[in-house]
Amino acid sequence: MLDILMPLLLAAALVLAVVGAFRRIAMWRRGRPSPVNIMKGLTSIPKRYLVDLHHVVERDKYIAHTHVATAGGFVASMVLAIIVHGFDLASGILGWLLLLFTAIMFVGSVLVYRRRINPPARLSKGPFQRLPKSLIAFSVGMFLTTLPAVGLMPENAGSWVFALVLVVLVAWGVSELVFGMTWGGPMKHAFAGALHLGFHRRQERFGGGRSTGLKPLNLDDESSPLGVIKPEEFTWNQRLGFDACVQCGRCEAVCPAFAAGQPLNPKKLIQDMVASMTTGTDANYAGSNYPGQTGTHEVGPGGVLVAREGKALVDADTLWSCTTCRACVEECPMMIEHVDAVVDIRRHLTLEHGETPGKGADVLNNLIATDNPGGFSPNSRMNWATDLELPMLKDRDHAEVLLWLGDGVFDMRNQRTLRALIKVLRAGNVDFAVLGNDERDSGDLARRLGDEATFQSLAKRNIATLAKHSFDCIVTCDPHSFHVLKNEYGDFGGHYEVYHHSGYLNLLIDSGRVSLNKADVGTVTYHDPCYLGRYNGEYDAPRSVLKALGLEVNEMARSGYRSRCCGGGGGAPVVDVPGKQRIPDMRMEDIRETGAEIVAVGCPQCTAMLEGVVEPRPDVKDIAELVADALSDTPAPRSHADNKEPVEVVA
Amino acid sequence: MKPRESDKKSASLSISVLVSTGRHPITGRPGRADQDSRAVELAMNLQGGSVSLLHAGQPTEECKEALRGYLGMGIDRISLIEQSEHADITEVLTKTLKSSNPSLVLAGTQAEQGEGSGLLPFLLAESLGWSLVSGLVSIESVENGQATILQALPRGQRRRLKVRLPAIATVDESAERARQSAFGPARRGTIETISEASHIDETLASFEIKKARVRPKRLKIVKSSSARDRFKAAAAKSGGGGGQVLSDVSAQEGAEAIFKLLQEENVLKL
Repeated sequence: MLDILMPLLLAAALVLAVVGAFRRIAMWRRGRPSPVNIMKGLTSIPKRYLVDLHHVVERDKYIAHTHVATAGGFVASMVLAIIVHGFDLASGILGWLLLLFTAIMFVGSVLVYRRRINPPARLSKGPFQRLPKSLIAFSVGMFLTTLPAVGLMPENAGSWVFALVLVVLVAWGVSELVFGMTWGGPMKHAFAGALHLGFHRRQERFGGGRSTGLKPLNLDDESSPLGVIKPEEFTWNQRLGFDACVQCGRCEAVCPAFAAGQPLNPKKLIQDMVASMTTGTDANYAGSNYPGQTGTHEVGPGGVLVAREGKALVDADTLWSCTTCRACVEECPMMIEHVDAVVDIRRHLTLEHGETPGKGADVLNNLIATDNPGGFSPNSRMNWATDLELPMLKDRDHAEVLLWLGDGVFDMRNQRTLRALIKVLRAGNVDFAVLGNDERDSGDLARRLGDEATFQSLAKRNIATLAKHSFDCIVTCDPHSFHVLKNEYGDFGGHYEVYHHSGYLNLLIDSGRVSLNKADVGTVTYHDPCYLGRYNGEYDAPRSVLKALGLEVNEMARSGYRSRCCGGGGGAPVVDVPGKQRIPDMRMEDIRETGAEIVAVGCPQCTAMLEGVVEPRPDVKDIAELVADALSDTPAPRSHADNKEPVEVVA
Repeated sequence: MKPRESDKKSASLSISVLVSTGRHPITGRPGRADQDSRAVELAMNLQGGSVSLLHAGQPTEECKEALRGYLGMGIDRISLIEQSEHADITEVLTKTLKSSNPSLVLAGTQAEQGEGSGLLPFLLAESLGWSLVSGLVSIESVENGQATILQALPRGQRRRLKVRLPAIATVDESAERARQSAFGPARRGTIETISEASHIDETLASFEIKKARVRPKRLKIVKSSSARDRFKAAAAKSGGGGGQVLSDVSAQEGAEAIFKLLQEENVLKL
């Protein structure tokens, strides 16, 4: 009986899987077009799966081993089962191999089962609680079914009841694992996830690359939508990416807004996007909610994700809570791009509805009217540095370094950092110049607040200004400007060699252009700015500068690519969505745990956020300040570089 | 997002808002004029009313860019009455308003550039024969051809007035802030240009217009040990020390009081 039923069962499962696959693909394709190379995409999947995806999964050893055993065991046993049972080719080694792989899969399944006994809060429950049982059913059923085929059991062993039990087990297994994959069960992550690896919207991410700049909107084409409000306005491969989510909740565990009790949970957000493509309601979601939110939510009238009035699938506050720190993206084993989705919807809210909350509207108006978020006169950009006699690039034919000052020129705290940086550059005889009043805001804040129009206007004017001058590279002490100049101006024709000041100081120290005394400041920890670390992969240079100062960094539990955001990115301080606690307070707690007396930072936003934490707390010092304080006098300073303490000028 | 106030009843009320091109106080870039956009906000919040925006001036690119700021608030179209430089727009606006016959005309108190005398609404009211209210901060209700409004007085005081429509009202800078102007609707909205003959104001044409220079101002130092006094001095609006409030007096008594004051101030010399 088994040798008739088994091939039928497998064939039926495969046919159903193919039908489901076509339906699912048609669903994704309802999104906007995004050109991909089909063949190249498909052939790249195995390598990306084994290298890039596994590299992320591996951060959790338990689940990595479990996944290798279960998924590897299943794929091998399924292929072998089709040969052995489907075509009745049990001869020789094949049957034995099938036994081996089902056994491996069984071990993996038991590990999955154990994980699910008392799962951590970040894991979704619901159908995922059923999955380990389905895995066990398949592996046990297939193992026992194969025993007669290799001759370990007589052909007609047991009664018809036993045969029926086996058929039921295998049927349960294949329905979950084969066509469940394409019909929306928990195994859909395998199908959607594999295709997502091939057709990812950011192909540059794979093979050790990095792609973190936001994608530009086409503002010249009036018919092109300004951001996303309906699920069909995402590109089809973004939709595919949402569907790949396995609800492991790693994003939830690292999200600073979630931890602060703000109404954002990256996992729920992605699941809401999935719901918007399928059922239209979050009633079936079985994971943790957005903090402070209860009840079910549905797609609003006209299929909108966010309602202008009343309630829809996602609240606007959820989207405005995001600090765009990319911790979720970094942590996602399925390579989902949460931040892109957040900014896409923000773009619609700002550009179509004009509903940037909090101080957002003021800041954007200031950026439009004065080219800086504070609304200061553009002609007062250099007021802070009247005593420094900074060389202007427009008076020069060429400069080795263009020092991009950023909007920190209007902030008295950041002016101290800039002074320190200039002191070090002068000590190293660096030929630098500034744009002075011709510099504008880089557009970072406008872009993260969804105002792509203002961003593009600022970017294009800055690029035109930069095109008039000749310089070798740009150095800036603001990682946000650094990221935008380096990664986002390229789409508008601005390609530059850009250094964050920590990277440039490291070069100066390495090449011996500045020499340092040992810094005597006590114990130090280092806070990685998101836009320097996760956005640009620069983790080493700041640490190596600190090492050159003779400082040993007491690393925080969350440092490097897992660094926790200070709460200052993505316009979060501007829109200021209320939560249960403040993100910088949590970060300061991380810092306190190291016992450090000083936290070294490399970003004006981080400085402002961390210094906003009430004292007593560790001192916040920019890397440039630490270096400037430790300069030794051996290399001859330039004639006009004065060593006396500069006097603060109030603008 | 806070829901807009939207429960004010006013069936088929047509409102015209006169909008000018603004000039940013620091950079001088064109944009919405602050008071005018508050007037648009007031008009948009009045449910059931139909809002039309009117601008008379030179149809330059700069002007259109500034007008798009109003469109970005969610307005579909603006009528731009083409006028040449130095034109006195009172006449053409009177003509347009007479033919469109709105129930209420809103305008900012004063333009941000050009003559900026703030006289236009008064001249319009005079030529149309309508009532004029200055310092409008909110419209409470419109019933039976009568609007109940709040007028701003110094130091945050408010006066409730009933005005017979049609009327012209100038909006105070303490009226509700204008909503954010969004790029999408600003780009989509239409600016409808209407050609009208210009009536050149010869006097205005003979003016020489220069950039205002900020004159140094002597600081008034209040020597007082009490923080409350110093705060009051800093926050006080100028003028008005004495004076008296007369209420429930006869017309005769009122007139006598006014007459006496005018004599004291040397306005009337008898």
